[in-house]
Amino acid sequence: MISFELTEEQRMISQTVEAFAREEIRPAARTADESGQIPPELVQKIWELGLVRSVIPEASGGDGGQRSAVTGVVAAEALAYGDLSIAIHALVPRLLAYPVLEMGDQAQRARYLPLFAQPGFCAASAALTEPRWDFDIFSIATTARGSGSGYILNGEKCYVPLARESEFLIVFASCGPAVEGFILPGGCPGLVVGEREKNMGLKALATYGLTLKDCAVPAEARLGGERGINFNRLMSEQKVAAAAMAVGVARSAFEYARDYALQRRAFGAPIATRQAIAFMLAEMAIEIDASRLLAWEAASRLDKGEDALKESYQAKNYTASAVLKICDNAVQILGGHGYIREHPVEMWLRNARGFAMLEGLTTV
Amino acid sequence: MIDFEPDHDLQRRIDAYRIVARQIMRPISREYDENEHARPTKFYELMWAGRAQAGLEVGPDKGARSNRMRTLFTILAAEELSWGDVGLFLQIPNPGLGGAAVMAAGTPQQKERFLKRFSEGNPKWAAMAITEPGCGSDSAAITTTARREGDHWVINGTKIFCTGGKMAAELSEGFVVVWATVDKNAGRAGIKPFVVEHHTPGMSVVRVENKLGIRVSDTAALVFEDCKIPLDNVLGSPEVKPEGGFKDAMATFDATRPIVAAMAIGVGRAALDFVRDFLSERNMEIRYGLSPQRLTAIERDFMEMEVQLKAARLLAWRAAWLLDNGQRNSLEASMAKAKAGLAVTQITQKAVELLGPLGYSRAYLLEKWMRDAKINDIFEGTQQINLLIIARRILGYSSKDLN
Repeated sequence: MISFELTEEQRMISQTVEAFAREEIRPAARTADESGQIPPELVQKIWELGLVRSVIPEASGGDGGQRSAVTGVVAAEALAYGDLSIAIHALVPRLLAYPVLEMGDQAQRARYLPLFAQPGFCAASAALTEPRWDFDIFSIATTARGSGSGYILNGEKCYVPLARESEFLIVFASCGPAVEGFILPGGCPGLVVGEREKNMGLKALATYGLTLKDCAVPAEARLGGERGINFNRLMSEQKVAAAAMAVGVARSAFEYARDYALQRRAFGAPIATRQAIAFMLAEMAIEIDASRLLAWEAASRLDKGEDALKESYQAKNYTASAVLKICDNAVQILGGHGYIREHPVEMWLRNARGFAMLEGLTTV
Repeated sequence: MIDFEPDHDLQRRIDAYRIVARQIMRPISREYDENEHARPTKFYELMWAGRAQAGLEVGPDKGARSNRMRTLFTILAAEELSWGDVGLFLQIPNPGLGGAAVMAAGTPQQKERFLKRFSEGNPKWAAMAITEPGCGSDSAAITTTARREGDHWVINGTKIFCTGGKMAAELSEGFVVVWATVDKNAGRAGIKPFVVEHHTPGMSVVRVENKLGIRVSDTAALVFEDCKIPLDNVLGSPEVKPEGGFKDAMATFDATRPIVAAMAIGVGRAALDFVRDFLSERNMEIRYGLSPQRLTAIERDFMEMEVQLKAARLLAWRAAWLLDNGQRNSLEASMAKAKAGLAVTQITQKAVELLGPLGYSRAYLLEKWMRDAKINDIFEGTQQINLLIIARRILGYSSKDLN
């Protein structure tokens, strides 16, 4: 039955996380961007909101809540509304926790899930993207070759968030015709974590390159065991999460530009009273809503257990263009002031550009 | 809970419309585009006869359940039928915009009195006359007057761009809802909707326009010369109150803008389906999930068109759902209309381009859909008027603050 109504729980999560984002995350965003560091106390505080622990089964020490992509999308938007780097950083553990939760075998669930029920932030990550101009999820060049009872991994990865501090990482590699995930401990021989990457935006988020050179892993490292994983579904979940975060960034830029336009005067009146500005804002508002609905649609398909590769691909691509345009408009509405680092809109524009090319940084 | 799938019952009803669109509308689509003022009388009869089981019947005795989904159902139906032919959709004998005005502004007695006719007798139409030669989007500047004279209203003025006006006023036992001012000094507050019955002396259709598209739909110019109508043909309250009459006009738009969005979406989907089939016959399938660097230009164009259409559809569904759930939807209705009108105008224009010389040929319906699509970015509030409405809402401005 067609419905546009969030559940009571989803509304509550949205309000709680958004209030937190406004009061705690947003004020820390600029310093984090300039220094490249996110205060660990802030990460811990977000951890304590329980956005990861809530869906870890009670048997593993979690809250045993029902995992829902729609709920995930709602929370991701609210968190990214505060700051994208900080939002991604805080949710990086999901990159390992959720695939294990959804597709891990019994031993893997028993071993890894309790990590995410702990009171302290637990860094764990996943390596998907590779340093090629035409990278896409259907052309993973990293390989996993069967050897004895285990596998040998070779390849190069980039944009692996928190790779240096992660206790465990999932590495996605081509294994015959399919892509499979392999859970590696951080200091695994043959796995070399490179220098911290320097990017245009997301400067507060620590990402790294990885090199896998004849990295030998046992058979138990393969996510889902013999059955393997549903790679398309994992990718759909990641794309939907990225779309949701893009909506959060877009909304922060829109609101900032709107408030600026209401108080900034030119030729004797607020610039918001001029159609040239007002129409830009109207179009931004339409695109934010359209983007959110596309993300919701893909997420609701995931929650029904339906295939959502096309829908999540659409949601992510659409939203990635929309957020860029919206942030660019926000800079434009602020004019010269938008270009100055005193205002956050230039940071949001840099962060927004990332959505078009970055994959695998977050999930729902 | 968030959900974007129609339930089984709704889907079944939509499927019925899909068949009508494919088997009844498409085969006559080109014929009535080429013969602009010809009337598809067989089509009228068929649609009129089938209206009850199709659920198109609009009347005062609808149950609570159907009211809860009324707008949503209407826009789903509108998309399907507009996929068939949006001009023919506009010409389906039905209460149309006139009926929407009665529903939005009329008293329960008026709803009964004016809408009952759509469940009996011969095919009928109802139209809405708001635009004048001197004012379109600025509908508060209406100059048509309604003067009280004893137990009658006397209407004087000229109305143009009245969709279905000829059918409603002269060719059926329908009616036209005319927006007129009872007090020019009162501005917007003085503007009221009046029901003028078919063949009322003093009302005449002076012209039916020639158009770029939706040619089968009659767009009439009407002149009212000392046109006398009963006192209780004013919809709602006849009193001049601040924000009175104009608010009713706006309430009508809240209901009709999502429908226009859905009409646009139907045309856009027709074009997309055509292009997809065309490419598929030439072994070109659209590949999802690849990086943009690996896609062909046609794939990128097609994907963009497809997702733009979906974005517009979700906005339209939301606007309709809000209305059905008793929530204010002016902002969302304008968002849906602005998005759909522009997106589908661009989608159909791009589709013609993608097919090269074949796209431009009248051998296919694609060029017609491009012409048909354009009206959706104009009527029931242009793109720009809707942006203005959205901007006022998000900025907290009145129409005086931002115009």
